[in-house]
Amino acid sequence: MIFLKQVLTILWKDIRCELRSKQTWMGMGLFALLVLVIFNFAFDLRVDNKAAIAPGVLWVAFVFASLLGLGRTIAAEREKGSLDRLLLCPVNRKAIYLAKLLGNLLFIGVVEIVALPIFAALFDVPLFGALLPIVLLGTLGIAAVGTLFSAMAAATQARELLLPVLVFPLIVPVVISAVRATGTLMVPAANEPPWLGLMAAFDIIFLSASMLTFEYVIEE
Amino acid sequence: MSYLSIKGLKKSYTFKPILRGIDLDLCKGERLALLGANGTGKTTLLRIIAGLTKPGAGSITINGLDIVQNAQQARQLVGFVAHQPYLYDELTALENLVFFGRMYNVKEAHERAAALLERVGLARRAKERVSALSRGQVQRLSLARALLHSPQLLLLDEPDTGLDEDGNELLADILHEHSERGCATLFTTHNLEHALTWSGRTAILHAGRIVYTRETEGLELEDLQEAYREVLKPRAKILS
Repeated sequence: MIFLKQVLTILWKDIRCELRSKQTWMGMGLFALLVLVIFNFAFDLRVDNKAAIAPGVLWVAFVFASLLGLGRTIAAEREKGSLDRLLLCPVNRKAIYLAKLLGNLLFIGVVEIVALPIFAALFDVPLFGALLPIVLLGTLGIAAVGTLFSAMAAATQARELLLPVLVFPLIVPVVISAVRATGTLMVPAANEPPWLGLMAAFDIIFLSASMLTFEYVIEE
Repeated sequence: MSYLSIKGLKKSYTFKPILRGIDLDLCKGERLALLGANGTGKTTLLRIIAGLTKPGAGSITINGLDIVQNAQQARQLVGFVAHQPYLYDELTALENLVFFGRMYNVKEAHERAAALLERVGLARRAKERVSALSRGQVQRLSLARALLHSPQLLLLDEPDTGLDEDGNELLADILHEHSERGCATLFTTHNLEHALTWSGRTAILHAGRIVYTRETEGLELEDLQEAYREVLKPRAKILS
């Protein structure tokens, strides 16, 4: 009960700070929008190759926009010295991780909700209800890894450079699964691997590993 | 029995020794002023006691609890005012205190936060964001934050920085009340007068070791200044 209360208190604080500063949401949203617009002009979107390009574009926008937000997760705390203050509190470190993860999911989720209709309009593709579990599982995988590594990168000088270098190789399986699952929605194909199952397995593994290791990453 | 007990504490950063073997005891209700030049390891010592930095060697116990083995329980006993305010600029003064109150599982955190804001003279600025407060007001708020969970051990790293005369009086009163309740206080300062009047014992940290310690009762400011100069002498010679 105390654990849950601490998670919600940190989450409440992060949401309130973000609503007032508007730094992360605005940056992520604008970035996702720009990626979609640029790719819309860059690719030849004839009807026959749309299904091959659109899922990749969508997930590139999501992944890059997510990294912008993930980079700020712990860095903003460290810059102001308040991470020490949080670490000074008798708070379970898993509660800090979970709160930061939920915050990231929320921030990325809002950007996705805004970006998806724009994507559908620009690329002239219908939005399927079945896209929801793909987006949810894909975002959870990116956020689970990103939250852990943002804590690691935040302790270094070159965090903006280090975070993508650390995160991209690890999220390759979940991004491939998400792109292929999204593509399969647009053009159903036979004998496709169970992409949703793969993403769920990835999420469980990285969520567990991150929860267990976060304490060692965040403390000196 | 000592409330805070430090034995053989050592700490190095990338092979550079900062603390070279600290032995220190602090009893309930005792106030100790830690003096020393910049870079002698005062902040490092306080951060280690607060559980923010891992000790290299030696042991620290607070109320019998080893701070490494029983980190969570030990943290509940400590209130820490550091150089940085450790507050969130986007939140108001009251929201900051309520947030940290909940982190420490303080019952009726809102009421406690409001009472502390009143105590540190910030009641009228409770709904203003921290970014709108002056340096001295932020320092008062940091002090309120450290007192939220009624810590048994108060660690203050140069708490008089940025405080005006009223602020310093308030700080002296709070330190006095804190020790009256039987709680221990360890603070660092560069102001020898504050060290003499606010504490019951002074210690001087030099080159990672405590080289001087004395009760303040019967100690004159000139004696303390002389002792401080004596400690810094070898360093001055090297520099010259």
